Amino acid sequence: MTGKIADSSPDSRPGKSARVLEPLLQGVSRRTLALLGVLLAALLIAPWLVSDYLITVLIVILYLAFTGQAWNIMMGFAGQLSLGHAIYAGLGAYIAALLFARFGVAPWLGFLVVMPVAAACGAIIGFLAFRFGVAGVYFAILTIAFAEFARIGFDHLAIVNASAGLFLPVAQYAHNDLWHLRGDPTMFYYVILAATVIAFLFCRALLMSRVGYFWLAIREDEQAARATGVDTFRYKMSAVMISAAVTSFGGVFYAFFYNNLFPEQVFNISRSIEIILGPIIGGLGTLFGPILGAFVLTGLAETLNAAMAAFGFDLPGAKQVFYGICLLFVVIALPEGIWPWLARRIGVTERLR
Amino acid sequence: MTALLSLKRVSKRFRGLVAVDAVSFDVPPGELFAIIGPNGAGKTTLFNMIAGAIAPDEGSIAFAGEEIAGLPADVVCRRGIARTFQIVRPFPALTVEDNVLVGALLHSHDVGAARRRAQDMLRRLDLFDQRNRIAATLTLPDRKRLEVARALATEPRLLLLDEVMAGLRPTESDRMVAILRDLNRGGGLTIILIEHVMRAVMALASEVLVLDHGTAIAQGKPKAVVRDPAVVQSYLGAEPVDAAH
Repeated sequence: MTGKIADSSPDSRPGKSARVLEPLLQGVSRRTLALLGVLLAALLIAPWLVSDYLITVLIVILYLAFTGQAWNIMMGFAGQLSLGHAIYAGLGAYIAALLFARFGVAPWLGFLVVMPVAAACGAIIGFLAFRFGVAGVYFAILTIAFAEFARIGFDHLAIVNASAGLFLPVAQYAHNDLWHLRGDPTMFYYVILAATVIAFLFCRALLMSRVGYFWLAIREDEQAARATGVDTFRYKMSAVMISAAVTSFGGVFYAFFYNNLFPEQVFNISRSIEIILGPIIGGLGTLFGPILGAFVLTGLAETLNAAMAAFGFDLPGAKQVFYGICLLFVVIALPEGIWPWLARRIGVTERLR
Repeated sequence: MTALLSLKRVSKRFRGLVAVDAVSFDVPPGELFAIIGPNGAGKTTLFNMIAGAIAPDEGSIAFAGEEIAGLPADVVCRRGIARTFQIVRPFPALTVEDNVLVGALLHSHDVGAARRRAQDMLRRLDLFDQRNRIAATLTLPDRKRLEVARALATEPRLLLLDEVMAGLRPTESDRMVAILRDLNRGGGLTIILIEHVMRAVMALASEVLVLDHGTAIAQGKPKAVVRDPAVVQSYLGAEPVDAAH
């Protein structure tokens, strides 16, 4: 039974947004809404409660939640494994940074350029793979190859200062400039929080749509999907392009938050791996998994760092080892990821996928 | 009456092996057409060619007057031919309802309307009570019915059923026979089925084609075909089948 609960949601939204949100809320229990509401409220007031350092940690967490959510569209929904998502984030970062540094174009306008470029890049990779039957592991290798190609290419690209790095102008700002994304960490925190919330709602909308069901069918059994009339080429293409476009916003954010870009870092395979760990640990193909995974991984890694600092240890690479152990634990103990297990525990029965 | 499906000298070779050898037959609209034959006779290969899973090496396959040989499976499905798989392939991690919903979404862009259609299909195949279960947890007979429901949800004009009775208990297969008969007679759906369960073939089919080693060795009314000496020899064995039941 899917009751209409939008009109009984706790806060009284204006009529128009309620109508937009109503389909998204369909089938979501009050309990789940309340849990999501509490979490969102906690994240909204976090800047007043925690230290500046913790805010930057939260920014990193939300950045990984956002990009993980975007990657999850491709792998979790449509079953296409990309191990080179750094290319989309990197393209977004470089293009937006270049437009801003050279021409003073605001990042939001830059994103309008970035998004189609990232989608086109995804389309090229997707076309080469899906048109010529490159699938599974071979597809994953192709995505790595493209990211590596971008890394080496940008390393020699004069317009972005090649390996010397591209720097965004940094100055003391009297006030936060949201339009140009120049300001203090709190502003960046709210920007990435908003992006994460929007990505979450967007993915929910996708999953409840016709395209979403076709993606799931392809993920589950591509041949059976074709026999059911699904144009698998077309829908795999749309998964890659949408995932790439969403990921590219993460790149724009990354550029303006860190203010410096080096191809060796931005397109490094470890960036791609970071993006995918959250969804895998949180729960592949679930809506909340990427968010939970990002919090668990980065949260625990930071705790580990703090603990080591407190005891005076300094072990380079401890974070990577820790990620490895987390991954092993989840693969062995909770192969579906943490969220499906946790959801059962806290009584969230609907599939937040 | 023009045929809904017409095969002319369709052949398929896998390296040296001739799986299907110049098979021709016509299926008029509304027919319940059975293909029988021993294992390895080429029945499933024939199905795969009609459904677009593989392309024939030679010959033509016309559906509703248009050539479909070599078209991809999804295009063939959108033209109006739905199929089930011999080894069932539901979408394992999806619910029963969502499995059928994928089929219903083929001709509907409205998820709500498609879901209602999917639920109608589930009722017709006695799966409505199980609609929220994960498909992988269903029993084999239920998974077979689920495949039929998913195929039907695409609103086909021709339904290809690959051994939907195999592994079913007699009561279950009787139920399936009743459902298929209802779809055929009540709904006017043309059905081609590959079947080993002769009881079901005799009860259902209006026309039977017998394949052996890739060639059609007999075609006709069920009662006539099971008495054909060549069929008895190659497939049914010496014991004559009781045509009454």
